[in-house]
Amino acid sequence: MKIMPVSAIQSKRLSTRLLLILALAVMMPNVNAEYGDVVLNRISGANDMRPVIFPHWFHRIRFRCKVCHDELGFEMRAGANQINMGKIIDGQYCGMCHNGEIAWSVDECHLCHSGKPGLKTGIRGSNKTGGPGRW
Amino acid sequence: MKFRPLLYVVPLIISFALLAAEPRWQSLVEDGLHDPESPAIGVLQEPASALSLLPPDNSGNRVAWIRALREGYIEPRTNIYPETKIEVLDMDIVMEKTGELSMVMFPHKPHTEWLDCANCHDKIFVEKVDANPINMFAILSGEYCGQCHGAVAFPLTECNRCHSVPRSSFTGKPGVQPIPVSDQAPG
Ligand code: HEC
Ligand code: HEC
Ligand code: HEC
Ligand code: HEC
Ligand code: HEC
Ligand code: HEC
Repeated sequence: MKIMPVSAIQSKRLSTRLLLILALAVMMPNVNAEYGDVVLNRISGANDMRPVIFPHWFHRIRFRCKVCHDELGFEMRAGANQINMGKIIDGQYCGMCHNGEIAWSVDECHLCHSGKPGLKTGIRGSNKTGGPGRW
Repeated sequence: MKFRPLLYVVPLIISFALLAAEPRWQSLVEDGLHDPESPAIGVLQEPASALSLLPPDNSGNRVAWIRALREGYIEPRTNIYPETKIEVLDMDIVMEKTGELSMVMFPHKPHTEWLDCANCHDKIFVEKVDANPINMFAILSGEYCGQCHGAVAFPLTECNRCHSVPRSSFTGKPGVQPIPVSDQAPG
């Protein structure tokens, strides 16, 4: 290895550091969706409905995590719950609240089915990480 | 290679300018998820209209959720069924396998204010100190702490919020702490 003068070492360090900051800065404006939004599109698209967008931020203002993920039994894995419209109308999953009592009823199709056609099921919307395993 | 500061500084300034111009919360039509053609646009609440009223933070939803809860900005329900048992536990655990980095402090209190014991025990963590082979790679792959942090709770880029116990100033023993400090400065 060639021995570098001190100033060269320093500037090399500095430039790596700057490059790192630059990479971070360039990545950060790449925001899409709100942090914690979940796309549910296991079956919607195939049945000519827009994908469902579930906003965590909106619900966690009103309910603690334990309400959905313990009391009501939602698995903490995007796509893991076998949700469909029959079950919802039957009062399961989203239908435990979207029943015209705790929240507006299933009639408001477009409020849940509001996603761009073709989106894939998964957790989205992070300003810094792409969700588990994807950051 | 000659070092040319302008090569780095100019793009840096440009990207920070872009960053500053970027709103803290994306509007629904521009978020890449909502269909701008959907009749829901205009009916659904815009994130900024709710989240800008809560105590600010720099990452995730840009909301300090623990403060929002403790200071009464929000009052999320704890249960739907009246018979559900609510349990909050104030117990801090210091985890020492962090190499030279500051050790990790896991506070039960802020977690159990949001979550039930069953969300973590034993689905994600065995209920015993040191019984879980937790490491940063697994966390980054969405296991252990990474199941929630990086998805819904504050993101994994916030190293210091977990690695919060400097080795130089810590005089106690790792594991369960005799006196929880989780009441101090919630984030
Ligand atoms: C109103 C109900 C509700 C509340 C409240 C709620 N969640 Fe969720 N959560 C869901 C639904 C629905 C999904 C998606 C499940 C699916 O796709 O099958 C989900 C998915 C998740 C996932 C999986 C993400 C992934 O990477 O696959 C995590 C982690 C999670 N929630 C954590 C939380 C945390 C932490 C809180 C509290 C701050 C919370 N949730 C509050 C309904 C809720
Ligand atoms: C624990 C109860 C609960 C569960 C479970 C639940 N929601 Fe909600 N949801 C609510 C409440 C309460 C509102 C607000 C209703 C109101 O404003 O009248 C709401 C509102 C919404 C909104 C509108 C947000 C806005 O911007 O106005 C959407 C979309 C939504 N829910 C989707 C879902 C989906 C999809 C599921 C199932 C995966 C689900 N919710 C499960 C309680 C729940
Ligand atoms: C509270 C939220 C919510 C509302 C309101 C809602 N849906 Fe759904 N719907 C869902 C979820 C969640 C799924 C499963 C998503 C997935 O993984 O593709 C679903 C799936 C579907 C599917 C796929 C096939 C099936 O049988 O499940 C169809 C079709 C559908 N919805 C139609 C409708 C129609 C029509 C309405 C209005 C009458 C409606 N939905 C209202 C949440 C909702
Ligand atoms: C967010 C996840 C999470 C929640 C929620 C949670 N814990 Fe824990 N718990 C942990 C972790 C992490 C450890 C440490 C495991 C380790 O060191 O490997 C732990 C350890 C413990 C221990 C072992 C202490 C010892 O002396 O070995 C007990 C007891 C415990 N938890 C009880 C509870 C109870 C009771 C609740 C509900 C009130 C609860 N936990 C909720 C994550 C959680
Ligand atoms: C959500 C909490 C959390 C965040 C955020 C976090 N860590 Fe960790 N980290 C842990 C835990 C827990 C361990 C394991 C500690 C133990 O088992 O004693 C760990 C272990 C480590 C280790 C030890 C070696 C290894 O691979 O496990 C390193 C190094 C590390 N973290 C670096 C980082 C860096 C760098 C960041 C920021 C990019 C970061 N961590 C963010 C919780 C976190
Ligand atoms: C089941 C979901 C879940 C798991 C698993 C989890 N956390 Fe958290 N954590 C949360 C939520 C929700 C908050 C509230 C703040 C937020 O939403 O950003 C939180 C907050 C925190 C805070 C902030 C406390 C404060 O007072 O500011 C720390 C530190 C933390 N978690 C560390 C950890 C560590 C370390 C692990 C793994 C050993 C872990 N968490 C695992 C959900 C989780």
